[in-house]
Formats: sequence, C-alpha cells, structure tokens
Amino acid sequence: MDDPKLMDLQTKLDEFAPTGRSALLPALHHTQKLFGYIPQAAASRIAASLHIPLANVHGVIDFYTLFYRQPVAETVIHVCNDPVCAFAGSDSLFKNFYREVPHQAASGGLETIALERSPCLGLCEHAPALLVQGMATAGAAGQSWQDIITGNFGRPHTQITREVDILTSNCGKGAPTWLAAYEASGGYQAFRKALGMSPAEVISQVKASGLVGRGGAAFPTGVKWEGAANAPGSPKYVVCNADEAEPGTFKDRVMMESDPHRILEGMLIAAYAIGANKGYMYIRGEYIHQFEVMAQARQEAMTVGYIGERVLGSDFSFDLELRLGAGAYVCGEETALFESIEGKRGLPRIKPPFPITHGLFGKPTVINNVETLANVPYILSNGAEAYRKIGTERSPGPKLFCLSGDVEKPGLYEVPFGVTFRHVLYDLAGGVRGGRKMQATLFGGAAGAFATEKDLDVRLSFEDLKAAGLPLGSGVIMVFDDSRDLKQILLRLARFFAEESCGKCFPCQIGTQRQLEILQNIASYGTSAGDREQLEDVARTMTDASICGLGQTAGSAVMSAIQQWQDLFKPARERKE
Amino acid sequence: MIQPDRIVSTTCPYCGVGCNLQMHVRNETIYRVTTPFDAVVNRGTLCVKGRYGYDYVYNKQRVTTPLIRKKLQKPGKRTQAFDLDEWRQVSWDEALDYTTQRLVEIYQRDGSDALAVYCCAKATNEDNYLLQKMFRALFQTNNIDHCTRLCHAGSVVALQMAVGSSAMSNTAAEVIHNDVFILTGANASENHPIIALQMKKAIQKYGAKLIVVDPRRIELVNYATLWLPEKPGTDVPVFSAMAHVILKEKLFNPEFIDTRTENFQDFAASMEKFTPEFAEIVSGVDRNLIVAAARMYASAKNGAIYWALGIPQHVHGTDNALALINLALLTGHIGRLGTGLNPLRGQNNVQGASDSGAMPWHYPGYQRVDDEAAAIKFEKGWNQPSGSLNRQLGLTTTEIVSHIAPDGVRAIHIMGENPMMSEPDLNHTRHQFEQLEFLVGQDLFINESHAFADVFLPAATFAEKDGTFTNTDRRVQRVRQVIPPRGESRADWEIICDLAQRIEARLEVPTARWDYAHPSEILEEMGTLVTEYAGVKYKRIEQVGLQTPVYDDNHPGTPFLFAEKFPRGRGKFHPLEYHACAESIDQEYPFILTTGRVLEHWHGGSLTRHSWLDDLYPEALVEINPVDAEALGVKSGDTVNVRSRRGSIHLRCKVTEKTTPGVVFIPFHFHEAPANILTIEAIDPLAKIPEYKSCAVAVTRASEKDLKNPEAQQARGRY
Amino acid sequence: MTDDITLTIDERPVTVPEGTTILQAAKSVGINIPTICYHEFCTSNGLCRICVVEVEGSRTLVPACVAKVSQDMVVRTRTPRVVNARRTILEMLNASVDLSEDENIQDLMHEYAADEARFPLAEPRQHAILDDNPMYIRDYAKCILCWRCVQVCADDAQYTYAINFSGRGYHTSISTYYDLPLTETTCVFCGQCVGVCPTGALKPKREWLMELGYTPDQIMQMTRTERKSRMRRPQASA
Repeated sequence: MDDPKLMDLQTKLDEFAPTGRSALLPALHHTQKLFGYIPQAAASRIAASLHIPLANVHGVIDFYTLFYRQPVAETVIHVCNDPVCAFAGSDSLFKNFYREVPHQAASGGLETIALERSPCLGLCEHAPALLVQGMATAGAAGQSWQDIITGNFGRPHTQITREVDILTSNCGKGAPTWLAAYEASGGYQAFRKALGMSPAEVISQVKASGLVGRGGAAFPTGVKWEGAANAPGSPKYVVCNADEAEPGTFKDRVMMESDPHRILEGMLIAAYAIGANKGYMYIRGEYIHQFEVMAQARQEAMTVGYIGERVLGSDFSFDLELRLGAGAYVCGEETALFESIEGKRGLPRIKPPFPITHGLFGKPTVINNVETLANVPYILSNGAEAYRKIGTERSPGPKLFCLSGDVEKPGLYEVPFGVTFRHVLYDLAGGVRGGRKMQATLFGGAAGAFATEKDLDVRLSFEDLKAAGLPLGSGVIMVFDDSRDLKQILLRLARFFAEESCGKCFPCQIGTQRQLEILQNIASYGTSAGDREQLEDVARTMTDASICGLGQTAGSAVMSAIQQWQDLFKPARERKE
Repeated sequence: MIQPDRIVSTTCPYCGVGCNLQMHVRNETIYRVTTPFDAVVNRGTLCVKGRYGYDYVYNKQRVTTPLIRKKLQKPGKRTQAFDLDEWRQVSWDEALDYTTQRLVEIYQRDGSDALAVYCCAKATNEDNYLLQKMFRALFQTNNIDHCTRLCHAGSVVALQMAVGSSAMSNTAAEVIHNDVFILTGANASENHPIIALQMKKAIQKYGAKLIVVDPRRIELVNYATLWLPEKPGTDVPVFSAMAHVILKEKLFNPEFIDTRTENFQDFAASMEKFTPEFAEIVSGVDRNLIVAAARMYASAKNGAIYWALGIPQHVHGTDNALALINLALLTGHIGRLGTGLNPLRGQNNVQGASDSGAMPWHYPGYQRVDDEAAAIKFEKGWNQPSGSLNRQLGLTTTEIVSHIAPDGVRAIHIMGENPMMSEPDLNHTRHQFEQLEFLVGQDLFINESHAFADVFLPAATFAEKDGTFTNTDRRVQRVRQVIPPRGESRADWEIICDLAQRIEARLEVPTARWDYAHPSEILEEMGTLVTEYAGVKYKRIEQVGLQTPVYDDNHPGTPFLFAEKFPRGRGKFHPLEYHACAESIDQEYPFILTTGRVLEHWHGGSLTRHSWLDDLYPEALVEINPVDAEALGVKSGDTVNVRSRRGSIHLRCKVTEKTTPGVVFIPFHFHEAPANILTIEAIDPLAKIPEYKSCAVAVTRASEKDLKNPEAQQARGRY
Repeated sequence: MTDDITLTIDERPVTVPEGTTILQAAKSVGINIPTICYHEFCTSNGLCRICVVEVEGSRTLVPACVAKVSQDMVVRTRTPRVVNARRTILEMLNASVDLSEDENIQDLMHEYAADEARFPLAEPRQHAILDDNPMYIRDYAKCILCWRCVQVCADDAQYTYAINFSGRGYHTSISTYYDLPLTETTCVFCGQCVGVCPTGALKPKREWLMELGYTPDQIMQMTRTERKSRMRRPQASA
C-alpha cells in the first residue's frame, strides 16, 4: 500500500476500472512499464480493480511472452530466431553476446541486460533482426554489441518497390505521413464520399470490387461486411487485425509506420458500412513504434472529428481503441484476437459461430487485416470498376509481397495480382543473392509451402498459386539458396510452432512438440527409420483435427518438403545403399 | 490407483441441502467420495465437508465402547471428564442396565417432569421417532426438543401462525425459475454451499436478480443487484418499509390478497408507520435502496425469499419471519414454481427430526400434544393405555437447561447434541449442568456436554447405519450403511430399542413395540401416524427421495406447497411493531456481536474438529471491519479479547469488509474460544429461540499468550 | 420450438432436434463416438479431438462434441482418416503424460491399436506432485489438460476461480495465482475438480496416502503437524 508505484498504478487502474476485464492487457502493459515486470501485489490490484479472478489474471500474464512475473533485466533485447534471421547471423550474434557479456558484467556495465530469442519480429528485410527495448535496429550484423546496447544504431528503412502505387504511395519516406499530408494526397475523401452513400451502397461497392481478405484466408470482404451488417444484435464492432506475426511478413508494419491514416480511413468506412460505432485495432506487442504512430494518428483523427460523436456532422459516431498485443502469434487468429481484447488468454474459439454473428464480446463483428482495409479508400474513391482493372479477373487489385532471405533486394513489393514469381524475384528483386541458385522459396510464411525453380512462372494470384499448390498467405516470399540446409529451416519453423501453439487442442498442443522433437533429433543424430512416417502422421493429424489455422498449417511446410524432396527424410542407412 | 470393493450411495450428514454421496470403500476404509452428475439435489457438486469431511468416522478419539464414569457424580458437584482414564469400559448390558436403573429410579421418584431428552437433527428420522416415542410412551414426558429450537424456531412459529406449515415452500433448485429473489440472514456460500451454487447459476446463467439484506457483506453480495446492509435485528423495519412502499405504490397483488389471505386491513394499517425514512434511521439502510428493493421484488414475475438464522435468532425472531411472510402474501409470490417462502434449514435432518416429533409441543407430524384427538391417536398407535400420554406442553431446549433444579429436571438423555457449545450464555449452562442428577450421553465423541455424563453410549456414524434424512426442501432420502460400525458402536435406533425394552421390563408395562428388524419398519410405523409420510416407503426412495407431503403409496410427492390453499385455509397477514434487540451497545460494550458458522466447520465441532477439515480452519477468528480495526489498532492475525456482560474469550482477528463497521462476527465452533460464552440468553416470547445474532461486546487488544492454542494457524486466501 | 433435422451418420438416417451435437445425434442411434475431454456436466471445448468425424464438404475433420447437426449432413465416424487422427492423438498423448489411471483412454489405446512406444524420444511433461493442502494432491504429470477442473472451479459449477493456466502450448499447466499453495488461494476445497478429473491427476489425499502404502490407521493418526510438514515438499510418485 505504501509503495508509491502501487499508488501510481492504482490511479491508472481507477481510470481503467469502468472498462472492466477488457482493460487487462493495457493494465498489464502499464504495470510492466512501471515496475519492469508484474509483481504479485500489482497483479492483485489489477484483479480487484477490473473484477477479474486472481487466477485468471495469472493465466493471462503467463500466456503472453512479453509479460514477466519475475523481475527481468532493465534492457531486454529480442533476437529473431527464425530461418531468415538465423541464416543472416542471429545465432552468432547470440553467441557473441554471451561471449562478451561476462567481461562487461564484471565491469558492472551489462548485468541489467537480458537477451531473449524471439519469433519473427517483422524485420525480415533487415535480418538479423533485433529489438532493443522494443526499438528495431538496422543491420545488426554489422554493429558491435556496445553500440547496440547503448542504443547507438540506425533505424531500419524499408525498401519499397512498386509496380502499382495504391497502397504504398505514402510509404517509404522515412517518416509517417501525418494527417495534413494524407489529406493533401486526397486522404479521407473516400470516407467523406462514403458518408454520402447509404451503408448498403458502400457494401455493394466493396462487393463489386472483388476485394478479398489479405490476412491469408482470402474471404470476400464485401460479403463479410454484408453478413455483419445484416446480423441481428448490437452493438457491432469493427476490428483491424494488425497482429502481424507470420514469419516473413512485414507489410502491415510498413503501412502502419508510414501511412496510418489510410488504415483508419478503411476502418471508418467499414464501421459506417456495417453500423459499428466502436472499433478496435489490435497491434502486435513487438510493434511498439507502430503502435505509437497509430495512436498519434488516432489523436489527429479525433481532433479534426473523423473519430468521435457525429462524425463530420453526420449521424455516424465512431470510437476507436488501440490495443497492444504481448507476444502471441496465435492472436493473429481472429477469434483468439477477440479473446485477447476481452482480456483473456488468446485462445481461438470453436467456429461456427463466426465473427460476423458472434465476434468481439459475442457481438456481430467485422475483422479485417491492415492491408485489406488499406485497399478500401481506393475502391470508394475510384470505384469498383477502376479497382477491377488492376490484377486478374479473380484476384483483382494490388498486392503487397514481402521478400526476404537470399535475395538481392529484400523489401516490400507492391504489384498487381497476376505477375509471375519470376518477374518479382528476378526482374524486380534482382534475383538470388550472389547469383546463387534458388533451392527453395517458402510461400505464405511458416504456415506455407515450398516453391522451387519449376514454379518460377506461376502467376501470383489466388487462383494460380492454388493450382500450383502454393499458399499466398500474407504475401511472404522467403528465398533460400542452394547452400541452405532444408532440415534446419524446417527445424526452426517447427520450433516456432511449438513455441506459439496456444495449447488448447491436443493435436496442435502435442503435435507441434512432437514435430519439433523429431526434427531436433534428426538434426542431432540423423534420420532414423520411421521418422518420416511419424512426421507425416503428426502433420496430417494437426492439419485434419486442430481447432484453428495455426495447428492446421503447423505441419504444412514439413508436408510440402516431404512432397518436393522425396529423399529428405530417408533414414541415413537406406540412403547409403 | 485403488479399486473400490464397493461404492455405496448415501446422503450427506452435514447441512440441510441433502447431497447424495457415493462412498468408495476399500478394506472397510472410505477413501473417496463422489456424487453423480444427475443427482437430483446437488447435480454432481459437493462442498468440502461432503467431499472430505467423513474422516471423523476413523478418528482415534472416537469412543466405540460403552463407558460409565468411575467416580459417581453428585448434583452440584458434577464435573467434566474428557479423559478416558476417568471412565470405565463396560459391556452394553451393563451400560444399558445402569441407564435403565437410574432413569426409572428418578422417574418413579420424581415423575415425568424430572426427565428430559435432547433428540438430534443429525440423526435419522427413525432414530428421532423412536427416542421421542420412548420418552413419551414410557415416561409420559413431553420435555423433548432438539436444536431446531436454536435455529428456526422463530420461522416455524411464524409460518405456522401465518400459513399453517413450517417447511420450505419450494424446492431449492427452483431458484433458477426466480427472476428476483431476496436472501436475508443467510450466508449461503458458507452454510448451504450447494444452494449458493444454484443461486449463482440462477444469476449468472438465467439472469435472476438477487437482493441481499444482511448486516454482513456475504460472498453472494458480489452477485447481488442490491445489498441492503442493515444493522443486526432491524429486519422488521426494513421489510415492513418494503411493504409500506408496495402498499403506497399499489404494487401489491389484489387478486391474491382477496382470494387467498385474511387480515389485510389491520396489517396495512400497521404498515403506515414503517416509512422508508423511519427504516433508514433504525436500520442504517439508505431509504432509496429500500424503495428499489420493494419495487424490484413486487414487480417480479416470480419472486422468492430465502432466509436462514439471521431472521429467527432474535428476541423478535417470530416477528422477523412474519415480516417476510407478509411480503410474500402481499405480492402473491407464493404457491407457484419459482416463488415461495424458503427458510433454509441448517442440519441435515432438522426438518426430519421436527417431522418425527422431536419437539415439546408436537407429536410426529406437528400434531399438538394438547389436542385430545391426537393424543388418543398416538396412545392407540403406541399401544398405550387410554389417557396415559401427557397432554401438557413440554419444555424447550433452553427451558430444559433453566429448569434443571431439585424440583425440576433431574435427568437428561442427550443423543448427539452439544448444548454445552450451542446454548447461549455458556457459563450459565455449565452451572446448570453441574446440578444434574443423571446424564446419558449417546454420541461418537465425548463432547463438552457428554463430558458431564454418567454413562456414554457409543453410537454408529451416518456411514454405519441405515435410515432416512429429510432435507431442507422436504425430500426424504436414504442413508445407507457403508461400513460396519467401528468397535462396539451401534446404530442409535438399535440402542434406543434395546434400552426401551429394558425400561419396559423394569416398569412392567405393555410394550410400545421395539422389535424392528430394519429401520424401514420404523418409518412405516411413523407413516401410519403421520399422513404426510404415509406414502414414503424405502422401496420408493431407493434412487431418488420423495418430497413430503406424500399422502399415499401412489402420491408423487410435493415439490412446492400451497398451490391451491394454505394448510390453515387463508394466509394470514400479521400487523407488526418494531422492537429493539435485547441488548444495545453502550460505551462499555460498543460493538454488536453476531455469530454463525464457517464453511469448513459444523456447529459444536464434534464432527469437523475431529476431521482433517480442522486443518483448513483450525482456530476461531473474530471478523472486524477495517475501519474498526484501525481504531482498535489491530491487524489481521493479532490477538484480541472479546468481552460481554456474561463472559470473555481470546482469539485472533481477521480484518475484513465482510463485516460492517460496528459489527463483529465470531463462528461458534471452537471450544478454545466459544462464542456462546458471550451471547445472551434472551428469548423470543413465542418461539423461545435465543438471540444469538445480536449482543453487545467490547473488543480490546490482547497478547498471543492468551490464546489456548497459539500454534493453530492457517493462512487462507478464500476471504 | 425447434425443428427436427435429418442427417446421415455412418449411412444411417438420423432425425434429431435442431441444436443437437453430432455426438448426441450419433448416441441416439447407438453409434458410439469416443471422447476424452468431453464431460456431460462441463462446457464442451472440443479440446482432445478424439471425437472428430468426417463430414462431407468439410475441409478438416469435425469435433462431434461441439459441432451441431445440420440438414442433410453426411457424417462418417470411422473412416481411415478419422481412425488415423484418433490413433495419432492417443500415441502422442501417451508419450506426454502418465495415462495409467485413465481406464477410458486405456480402452481407446487398445481399440485403436495405438503403439505405446510410438514416440520414444518424446519429452514427457514432468511435474513434481503438489501436496500443499489436507484434502487433495495434484499430480500434473498425469494431467492431459482437459480443462474440466478449471471449468468446474469457474462457471461450470463453483464460481470460485482458484485455478487457471500457466504457460502455453505443450508446456501449459494448471496453476494457482502466482503458484501459491491452494490454501492461500480462493479454493474452498469443494473437490468438484477432483470429481471430474479423468486421469488421477487430482486425487483425495487420503486415497493417495493409501496408495503410498500407509494403512488407514496410520493415515488417521497423522497429526496436523506431520501433515503440514509434508506439504509443499515435492513427493516422488509411489
């Protein structure tokens, strides 16, 4: 009680109290900012103020990797552990740190620093990626630990290559495009136009555009909006899924840090169309900088009245809350994301029912990815016709691809749907780095599948990729040259899934662990008889029987590799014969 | 993993809820208790006592051989003997012959009025029926009572006066059909845990609204829409003010009042003075809360009232209960599913013991002893000479104690109870017990009362005998023998039959019948004399119990009462006046003490303090509000002295908002710090129930050295 | 009023009210679908996925305990795909936890010819026995994470919320607030959790002491002090 920090916390908790359980994540973030971790006494205060059972507060703290129940170092450095960053040298960064730290610790300088392995940080084009107290570094491989620790590093600048200029026109300038600049470039005209239309007209425009979700599931956006608009129940919610965590993906990060208002405009149009007066934007916990940019953009939009009561004098009112995640890939799954906003462990729900009828707080909800929403202003401004002129018949519009790995020009690429893989990789990105041969390219992220040379002429569209057995996913194109060990890649993907499985359903909870164990064993001792069958059984069971997309795709890279490279998991003895 | 030799289905021996227990037995040891998820009363749930609290059966301190005191006890010099060294182990023959000889001696010398018996709300219907039969038929005394006098006597008397039946009107599980319910003077989470779960379910899953009227911030307040924190003993003004609002705002049910009630005008006139403003001054409850509660209850589709001992345990306990009954009659929230007047009964078989005639004014089935026709009926039924049964009302529990005197009560037979823990003003009780000429204890352990006894008859536990319990919603359920009786202990009904036959032989009177082969025959005999039990047969309650009344072999039982009429015809409104509690606070005694129970313990502690349950809650704690604690300069865990005009105890305190400022709470289970040393022997004039829920005390800081057992401490997080 | 739904389960027509689960519908015609985490008394969460069946038109297998029937649905409860998933789940589970006291799972292992040694290098979930109260012990090396205990402690029965989860994924475990001993939590020792635990992970303390070889008399003579000294000290399994 006497602890002044606890009294500070209580003041903040009194503000959070009316929000109830849904304020749990913000309260925990605030607590951790104050104390550096979440002490039991603070957690008890949170539980009492927000009316959450103590054990449930514990359950939530323990679910998210960025919350700590014990004191941690003053400076926490996250080192990406995924294949691209590993191949770019994150492992040796790690090793060097441990080699160097003891010396420094003796002199009293470093004992307050902790290094943590992390899943993909969304900085793949700057591999090996580091976050120093939430700040992204650029070119960590070339810097000394001393510079990194003291914060003496440059901020990464993402290279953007455009064949169309719709989503990223305000991106890549090294600073956010704030409201004035956004409006000067025609920003918020689409929203103003939408306010002059009926919600049904807005929905029919979006339906006519053929826009489908860019988060990975490719569901027609207009159909989703219509479903939520027609669903009985109120209030209704619109949620922006900015929990970008699929390994190899960084497009949403770039858009948030560069052009925040485009996303807000998309959300406003969606909210107006479905009759939602409340929106949430859920940003992954590692994107602290992007969270701050969005928060400032929200403030700007509130100041001029895009967000608030009776927006621009219309009957439409809208309130937006931003939520920062706390280290859980699974929260990118839409229902897990709802749970997380509601202040619970981020566990996916059983579907059906679907979000359009039973979403956030059990109410009709539209949840869209950042990139999806960023398409909406263009559609409203230019009409569905114009939009459909871009891309292919069944995949209209522009698409962002995230190129990383062994490629000459890693970065963000905005192209119309329908260009070939070869075009992007060789014509735009300069081909495989160092002129080496491409061994494999992972499409779709950790939950993806491998392409090889034979796939170079596949057109990048939903329909063409599907025919080739490749997922578009979130637009990940992760290139590996012929020097890379495929089994190492698979092992790292397997570790990612094992660490990120929420643990709800048995197939994924246990399957991701078994998959990891088998691949670890192969990495250490070589392949034994039965390994491949075990991997196949585990992968098939996860794919067939898991609750959500995480489990259903946790074995897909392994299955894809087994199909592409028949001999990959032949027992060592057999191969010798 | 242990495989059971057998799994036996029986009924929990603790509270009135009546949960089904499936006892798993290996090598005659009960090692696990489960309960079926389709069990009609408790639906798969149990509380800590039901799940784990059976282990007293195996406690080494349990007495399993008959005992006689080594040193002959003389009136005025009677002492307590807890140590077995002070007792002689004897045969059953010797113990029963000795008991027979002493009881008959006193009876023949001083007559019927010299004898008294405490029946037991923990024992079966059969045990209680036989014990009252023995004293009524053989000794012609009506000095027969049990702890119902100390718990719901006020409710029973009020319900008898107003509607003519004293049981819970509806089934506990019907709470999910309430849309508004009032819970008052009842801490269900601790005392009726399974009903509390059903209440929470009704609120959380069925949208029911709860109004708590209680001086304590009980756990269910967390689930309540309204909490009216009244000062102890101000129930009549609070509930009458609600009636006042309902009358003023015309929220009453005129059709129900016209067709089903009487005395409305007199009642309505008496409510005039109970304005919310007046109630606020007296009770401390914000008048707006009273108005809101009145509107909410009156405008409910189905409203119900649940109460426990906070209502009757007052000098105006009967009036308190009448105030609740008035509300139900006014709004017509009675006689339908999901409504009702529901006194939550404390003991597992307090309903049954009352039904079985363990009461001074009634034969079994609430047939009055001063009713000639009833007396003749029982004379016939028990094969007694015409005119032999005593037509005078007998003494109540508290009166039995106060009548111990050379020309009053000389000998008492106590089955199972422990007046030396449960009576108010224990110093007085102790003095009275010392004056007894002869005392028989029949129980499992030598408790504070039996320690005064001359002879101790070791009884079997609930797990070692067959019989029936009747739970709080009038459901007669089977109790089954799970394991053979430990040592030489015997079922109570067997002990009574054996003793009664010896007494009859000595008195040389015709037999009232004691040759039962099985308890089922006892219940059948009772059914011939009590119409409400006529259809209750063991073969009908093998799986699921029947709710009384069950008028014949084909009658399906009665889930809720008063659908068409009240037993007395019309429900009667009672005009009320406000009376203060017997003792009010002053400068010397500035706190109101209220007493009660905790989840882990049962009453005098005979069972639970001989169980591992005691590990969970090993010492008495006085609950003090943080505001008072700060003024007293104490914090949780500090030792305090609590003193009343009658006595003083030392115990640790628990600083908690569960109790309101100015009020302290002490559970009465702990012989190391017995709350009833402090309570006042002031009784309700009609129901004769003592005022356990309010007396004036002083609280001061004390030293840990003053505690009888300072080691007993257990950090707990559930408060 | 609900409408009746007609569907086909294992080529047999079945008619049930709307809102029925596939599991209940199958049961109504005597088709037994195996379950592990499912408990009639608890909220179904479709965790164990042993009850998965094939539904025509569905990309993945469907958990019968939570999936509702729909008109003209075609369900097959024992296709090779289903059997393979069930067997693999059983084998993976068996490599993770001690299932010896769960007779249902033992029967299923046998029925689905699950290989007990399928994942020899698997790291089982190891937990020391928690003996921190007088009423029951917690042996989480036997815990399959069916959630029943957490649910009955919460809204399925007791509304006490003494336990929740620690960690996530494979390393999820049932836990109290900040791992406090149960006596210091909101636990009221109702034992609803013990009543629904299928694997013996939660067990009455006296039963556990009997298993360890103590006689009933020895157990009952254990004093409060002795019992207390045992608490908090991790116990090796018998």
